[in-house]
Formats: sequence, structure tokens, C-alpha cells
Amino acid sequence: MKAKKVLVKGVEAIALGALEADCKCYFGYPITPQNEIPELMARELPKRGGVFLQAESELAAINMVLGACATGVRAMTSSSSPGISLMCESFSYIAALELPAVIVNVMRGGPGLGGIEASQGDYFQAVKGSGHGDFHFMVLAPYNVQEAYELTVKAFEFAEKYRNPVMILSDAILGQMKEPLILKKLKIKKYPTDTWALTGAKGRPSRIIKSLFLDSKELKERNLKLYKKYQKMKEDVLFENLVNEEDEIVVVAFGSMARIAKEACLNLRKKGYKVGFFRPITLFPFPEKTIQDIIKGAKNQLKFVVAELNCGQMVEDVKLAVNGKAPVISLPYPPSVIPFPEELEKDIINV
Amino acid sequence: MSKFFRFPKSLKKTLFHYCPGCHHSIVHRLLCEVIDELKIQEKSVGIASIGCACFLYFYIDVDILEAPHGRACAAATGIKRAKPELIVFTYQGDGDFAAIGFNESFHSALRGEKITAIMINNTVYGMTGGQLSPTTVPGQKTTTTPEGRDPNFWGYPPKIAEIFAGLDGVAFSGRFAVNTPKRVLETKKALKKAFLAQIHNLGFGYIEILSACPVNWKLDPVNANKKVDELIKFFPLGTFKDKIKEKEE
Repeated sequence: MKAKKVLVKGVEAIALGALEADCKCYFGYPITPQNEIPELMARELPKRGGVFLQAESELAAINMVLGACATGVRAMTSSSSPGISLMCESFSYIAALELPAVIVNVMRGGPGLGGIEASQGDYFQAVKGSGHGDFHFMVLAPYNVQEAYELTVKAFEFAEKYRNPVMILSDAILGQMKEPLILKKLKIKKYPTDTWALTGAKGRPSRIIKSLFLDSKELKERNLKLYKKYQKMKEDVLFENLVNEEDEIVVVAFGSMARIAKEACLNLRKKGYKVGFFRPITLFPFPEKTIQDIIKGAKNQLKFVVAELNCGQMVEDVKLAVNGKAPVISLPYPPSVIPFPEELEKDIINV
Repeated sequence: MSKFFRFPKSLKKTLFHYCPGCHHSIVHRLLCEVIDELKIQEKSVGIASIGCACFLYFYIDVDILEAPHGRACAAATGIKRAKPELIVFTYQGDGDFAAIGFNESFHSALRGEKITAIMINNTVYGMTGGQLSPTTVPGQKTTTTPEGRDPNFWGYPPKIAEIFAGLDGVAFSGRFAVNTPKRVLETKKALKKAFLAQIHNLGFGYIEILSACPVNWKLDPVNANKKVDELIKFFPLGTFKDKIKEKEE
């Protein structure tokens, strides 16, 4: 059977991806620009034997996700920047409790109340662990509607595989634009949850899911265990690499900015410039090894240009990956009207 | 000869870490007796909250999740909604339930979540060393109200059991104490009802238990036990809502 093709917004594609991945519980609190996710889930989840519940706050919503995930069912929430900030305490707990939660951040402009235009200002918050203690999300950044759908499915798989929260980092442009989406029937990977989930101690010893370890040796081991898991995640690093050996400039961008940057790079190539394009899809783990391989394989001295819808955040991770072997230049576009590819072409040439 | 008194099956055979004279251990035992009598040990999930009773999981032999401070009722909601066949209870202190977590507690009650919430009211933040709690009574000295709680400055403690009784989603609400044998028995009966409210799908079950905190009240166990009688003047004991009784009648 041919897969159905629909015209939907990026946020709707995320909701459809969650349904495809057999997400059973959605808890959330309204905030622009992602309300189509809870609205679609409110319509569709009950029909599929799932649960949709609008919480009294983001704090409550993320803790409902925490509770639901502890029983081993697939559960998620979605929000936008200010709402995500409210959930940060519990992100730390979810990571510490090793629960497979999926969290969607459809970024809007900040700081504070900011605005509702597209922004990538929450990169640091998503990638560097948005809460107390030493922890990480796995962070997936789609750049079109199709990918929003497919990466949401992957998010549930990765969350269960690693027993770790996974964040889908989208933004207002990517969330609100409509594109054709092919509703591919994907093979959904499931990982056993019956070895750890809280389902009542029937025919087995009772279980505890906790994050308090007053014994300092135990706490140290706990942290090292999490660290090892974050290292292991590198085997699932995702990226798009359009860099040739002859290139002199590598433009690095993610999410909606990558759409603009990719077009600008392809245009510049047609004009004879030696410009390559690199797009991290997993922002954590960051594809640092691939960046190092690009440098090793380059025939010319490379220059990295990092274009972002913020004042320069991912540029720090690119610098760490490049490790002084090439200049890294930031092209910051703080939240406002997003640039056209032509503007970006000029900015890249100026570099 | 038949045995009529035994160690509860769902109480782990270990020493409590609680201070001498603390009432947590009495309530733990009652909770286990109720779990045993209702035969729900194998389908219960408890929520340990932040406070002295965080170590609930060392004593109660059921599946237990540790929630962030104040969010026990939200986490319980997530569990119950995901797996309605489970019996879900929270065990919280007055700071966790009525201060930082008041919104989660209140909205869970409003929604009529089929969960059981146990609030141990000892009028102070016990684990952090005896600071002011929302339920500190007027005039009561704490480490952050060294001159005593002045209602003109601090306002008044909330009477949660009475407030929750007025909410349509609540099926059982009452306040009890465990400082006399008679009250211990009454508390057990009420605790059972707070679970039956959930088991019969009637709504939110809430039980508040006045508890002694000898160390932070700076009293010996005997006098701390007597002091609970004084709290009763401000926090009257009794059942304020009982849909189970209404159903039976």
C-alpha cells in the first residue's frame, strides 16, 4: 500500500510521529507556537486507548510525564521556551531516574517572555543539561516537516534504548510552516521496560525508582554510570554532510536555519565558490568526530562558519570539535525576521 | 491458638531511621496494615516525597517512585492515568503537600484523581531543621520565626482537610492523629477509607495526620505527644467528607 501524503504543519508532524511511535500518554500546558500538538493529541489519543491530559502548569505536566514513564508506557510533553524553562527541575530528575521521556521544545524568541518568532536561543539549555547536576538529554533537531515526523519516532526509540529523556528541538518557523508529509509506516523499535518499570510487585520483589544517594560512593558510581551512557549515545549520532574535499568554507547550521544555509551553500557552489554544508541532527551527542574527519580529509585550509538564530551558541561546540585546527566564525541572527538565503550568501562571502 | 497480631506483610523488617517519638513510624505501620487488609500490595505504587519520609521505600514493601519536591500528586496522576489498574498513593509532609506542592495537590483533588494522598502535618519543616511551614500555628516558634508565628506578618495556616472536603473531586477528606491508642485505631479506619475512595473509583482520597516532631519542637517524646493535643485546638480532628459512607447508606 502506498503511504498517505498529507499537507501539515511541523508541529502536527511531531504529533503524528508520536502517534506512529505508539505514544500512549500526553501531558501538557498550552503555549504558543505549539498548541497544535496538544490539540491533535486531545483528538487522537483517546481514540487509540491513550490518555490526553491538560495539566495546571508545565511543572505538573512534566511530573505527570515522569510518573507515566515510570510505569513503562510511552509518554511525552511539548512546550515552547518559557514553558520548557519551568520544567527544568524535573528534567534533572527524569535523567537521574533514567526514565524514557520525550520532550518537544518548539523554540520561540527569548529571553523572558521574548516573542513568538523563530529562535534557536535554547540551544545551550537543551544541549548542556537544563537543570542541576551532571546530566544530558539526547537532542534531535529536525529541519523539515518530514524529518519532524521521523525524528519523533526515533526520539521514542532512543528514549527507551538509553532510558534517558530525549528532546526534539524545533522552532516557531519549523513548527508553523506547512509541507507535504508522507506518512510512512515505520518499523517501530521497542525495548523491554518490564525489567525496571513500576507496575506493582506481583510475582517479583518490589522496585524503587529514586535519585537520592546519600552514600558518596554510590552517588559517584551513579554519575559515572550516566556518563558512560552519554558516551555510548555517540553510536547513534546523526548528521547531514555535504562537504567536498576541495571545499574552503564549511557552513554549519541546524534546524530551520539549516534550511536557509543549505540553500545558500548550494547557490554559492553553483556560482563557483568552494562551500560545503554540514548539519548536526543530533545536537547531543554532537557529531564532533565527523567534523574532525572533515578537517582531516580537506585538501585546503578550512574555515568554519556557524549560522544560528541566536547570538552564537552552537558555535562553541563547533569550536570544541574543530579544536583549534581551523578558524571558526559565528554568523549570529538573533530572533527577528529570519534571513533569506541571499542575505546569508552575502554574509558567507564576506567571511 | 490463632494469631491476631502480627508484623505487617508489606512492612520491611528493618530499623526506622526516624527520631525517637516521631509519628512517621506509627503511620508507616498503619499504612502497611491497610495495604495488607485490602490485599493491594501487589498492585500498589507509592510516591515518596521530599522530606523526612523520603526513605519510605526502605520500609514499605511496594513499588515506589521518588518524586521531586512537591510534585508527588502530579507524578501520582501520571502513574494512575497510565495504569488505572494500579493503586497509587502519595506520602507527603506539610511542606511538600501544602507549600511547594499546593498547586499540584489542589488540582489533583479538583480533577478527582483516583489516588490516595497522605499528608503528615507536624507544623514544621522537619528534615531541614524545623523552619516555618504553612501549617505552623499562630505563636509557634520555629527556626525562621524565632519570636513565634505572627499572623499579621505570616498569615494563617491552611486547614487543608476542610478545604479539600469542599471540592467536588474529593471522595474522602479527614484529619486524624496518632498520639493516643484510640486515635491510632481511628486513623487506621480513615486511612482504609482514603484507599477505598480510590478502589471504588469515587475520587481523590485525602487524609491528614497530625504528627509529633519532638526534635524540632524541642520537646521530649512524651511531651511532644501531649503537644499534639494543643494542635488539635487549631486543627480539629474528624472526617469532613466521606463519599464511601454516603454510598453505603
